[in-house]
Amino acid sequence: MLRFALAAGLAAMALTGPARAAEVTEFTLENGLQVVVIEDHRTPVVVHMLWYRAGAADEPIGSSGIAHFLEHLMFKATEMLENGEFSRTVEANGGSDNAFTSWDYTGYIQRIAADRLGLMMQMEADRMRNLLLTDEDIETERSVILEERAQRTDSSAGALFTEQMRASLYLAHPYRIPIIGWRHEVETLGREDVFEFYQDHYAPDNAILIVAGDVTPDEVRALAEQYYGPLEPSGIEARERPMDPPIIADRRVYYEDPRVSDPYVIRSYLAPERDPGDQRMAAALTLLSNILGGSGQTSLMPRILQVEEERALYTSASYGGTNLDDTVFSIFNVPVPGVTLEEAEADMDRVIAQFLEEGIDPEQFERIKFQWAADQIFMQDDVGQLARSYGAALTSGLTVADVQAWPDIIASITEEEVMDAARLIFEETHSVTGYLTAPEDQ
Amino acid sequence: MMIRAFLTFLVLLAAPAQAQVDIRQVTSPGGITAWLVQDDTIPFVALDIRFQGGTSLDAPGKRGATYLMTGLLEEGAGDLDSREFATRVETLAARFGFDASVDSVSITAQMLTQNRDEAAELLRLALQEPSFEQDDLDRVRGQVLAIIDRNANDPSEIAGTEFYAQAFGDHPYGSPQEGTSESVTALTRQDMIDAHRAVFARDRMYVGAAGDISPEELGLLLDELLGDLPGTGAPMPEDAPYELEGGITVIDYPTPQSTALFGHRGIAFDDPEFFPAFVLNQIMGGGNFRSRLMQEVRVDRGLTYGISTFLVLFDHGPLMMGQFSSSNELVAEAIDVLRAEWAEVAENGVTEEELEAAQLYMTGSYPLRFDGNSNIASILAGMQADGMPIDYINTRNDRVNAVTLDDVRAMAARLMDPDALHVVVVGQPQGLDGAE
Repeated sequence: MLRFALAAGLAAMALTGPARAAEVTEFTLENGLQVVVIEDHRTPVVVHMLWYRAGAADEPIGSSGIAHFLEHLMFKATEMLENGEFSRTVEANGGSDNAFTSWDYTGYIQRIAADRLGLMMQMEADRMRNLLLTDEDIETERSVILEERAQRTDSSAGALFTEQMRASLYLAHPYRIPIIGWRHEVETLGREDVFEFYQDHYAPDNAILIVAGDVTPDEVRALAEQYYGPLEPSGIEARERPMDPPIIADRRVYYEDPRVSDPYVIRSYLAPERDPGDQRMAAALTLLSNILGGSGQTSLMPRILQVEEERALYTSASYGGTNLDDTVFSIFNVPVPGVTLEEAEADMDRVIAQFLEEGIDPEQFERIKFQWAADQIFMQDDVGQLARSYGAALTSGLTVADVQAWPDIIASITEEEVMDAARLIFEETHSVTGYLTAPEDQ
Repeated sequence: MMIRAFLTFLVLLAAPAQAQVDIRQVTSPGGITAWLVQDDTIPFVALDIRFQGGTSLDAPGKRGATYLMTGLLEEGAGDLDSREFATRVETLAARFGFDASVDSVSITAQMLTQNRDEAAELLRLALQEPSFEQDDLDRVRGQVLAIIDRNANDPSEIAGTEFYAQAFGDHPYGSPQEGTSESVTALTRQDMIDAHRAVFARDRMYVGAAGDISPEELGLLLDELLGDLPGTGAPMPEDAPYELEGGITVIDYPTPQSTALFGHRGIAFDDPEFFPAFVLNQIMGGGNFRSRLMQEVRVDRGLTYGISTFLVLFDHGPLMMGQFSSSNELVAEAIDVLRAEWAEVAENGVTEEELEAAQLYMTGSYPLRFDGNSNIASILAGMQADGMPIDYINTRNDRVNAVTLDDVRAMAARLMDPDALHVVVVGQPQGLDGAE
């Protein structure tokens, strides 16, 4: 069997037959609420998500952490529900619920039996407009959030370093602030700050409803019109954020922390994101990050530095194209003990220089594209993840058509386009290089 | 890493599902049994093959051997070196996972229908003919040593290592499955071969499959994939005596927030009174806002971002445990609240309202678990490994609903012992005396 497999070689790389893409339907209510339905009838379950086009990058200057603070407070009392009743009701119906905040969005999610969808909509619509926000809830929840920050950020040398890197990479754009907020600013947040953000951003014409699972678009439309339909729109305008000036200098960040066990070097560049109708550069950058770091054995940086030279414990590249404004392309290297960070940085530079000189291995390029195509099949197994990818894209300025075109765009990218993207990043963009180390006397 | 393994267990326990799932027992021509949920909606199959024993089968003095061996399975097999092997897997867009935990080694695969036979052959090579080349051994050993270093700086890992060391002493449960720098550095290629021989055998193997494959196709695939494995492996580990008294252990660590891990003896899944304990844990700290501890410690007092409890269903020494993090100046108060609630529930049980809410949640969420081929395959393997009958799914909700307030009260009195509760705190807590 193996011999057959090896002989098959590249011939194995065409996906036989079209992948049966999940049915996706889109419509908009009169009040501006955008609705996306993703059908998956295998299990009698739905995922109900409400996404707001408001995140940490939309906060007033000096008040970092509000978007995330509000996300927590959305589980408190409303005109219809008492404190905590939202989650209690979801659980009593066998469901689970959660929420998440990013720079470009805030999202609320419930996963529940398909016949409870109306109840979820009723409660979600209620808290879009009718949150009470008592002072006592604010006080307790601020303490919870400071504990969350302590757990996720202050207890982690890597997280603190990442925060400093980001604040250095963006000069003016609010992507420079941490989503959870700077501690000294979170400590001062009060009811007025949160309420103003809530009123400014939480409205049907600033939201996207995504329902995925065992439902039909007609069912969703009827329920959405019943529960979300009566909400008045706010006439919210497009987001305007401070933009970075031309970045003309390379910068360096050094952070020492006694809790570091594996020192590493990372270099980050501002990079173009996916734009509506214009995703080719982002697709090329996505493939570039896969070529450089997508596989621990066969992609360029791990193959040379981990496997062949044994100078790195772990090395890779990262790029996330789904962003409203400029995003980040990074390469990083965790050297083996005995190799310094200066040497590790030089190792990265050497591999990148070799890549710019030699170009792309065509077989690797085909493998990566085939895996991308296969990922579209595997992703259908997790309708929640599929729904989330739509939510992230739509709150980042993309359309359903852009999301659906993305796999074909990836498939159509040429080696030349990837090399152009690589030259844009590595030769024309100023970067931030960061070292994370433990103090020397350790 | 140990803690993550525990949590995985919990999920599996809560996982088996209801109703619309049609599980078939498949017996291959060669006599291998598997549970299958067939569904051709998406053109791939997910497999989960579980070998009980896991890293607790490490031979004396060879701590970390099973963990390292498992990490080496995809690093070259048959005639293929590690890079050629990875290239083949990528060419087929197959996804393989090799995961060692304290009671099992789990091998997972997602394989496209269009090239399933080729992918299965690669998986067979990894499982049955790994090369264990010295170069690969040394490289992966370096990665494991880095994990050991990292764990030594991770408050959760430090807390877990301390708790299990005090609880289980010399039993394998008493030390991290990754091994120590010394033990891992000393491991040889022969140790990998020995560990491989100890772990992978048909007498401890459980197979779950879900997706686009017929029973006949699955039978043939399993014979190809697993048929040549030896019939028996190493003897299973002994039961682990629990040696930890109640109290507090403080480990000084320079960080603004303390991490607390607490627990005492637990209850085995095959205990006749398991279901009352299952419901009790859900009420006490089952991981949602509704739980007693979440309400008291987070919602009412803001002392933590999250607190949860879990039944650790170790095959050879079950525990009831929990965890939370609190700022150094708040952790003493949080522990006071924890102890008070532990004592209160041990003495008085829970309220009617709490019981009802937990039962509603547990029974209502049950049918939602079977979502996606990969999840289903994993659940099916876990159910078999836990000794559940194939019709367990039909009886499970009734058993949850049959639990009464008196059952929970009796179980709380039996299981929850505030005097036996031991809390390991990693950080620089204020107002806590580690010598308590």
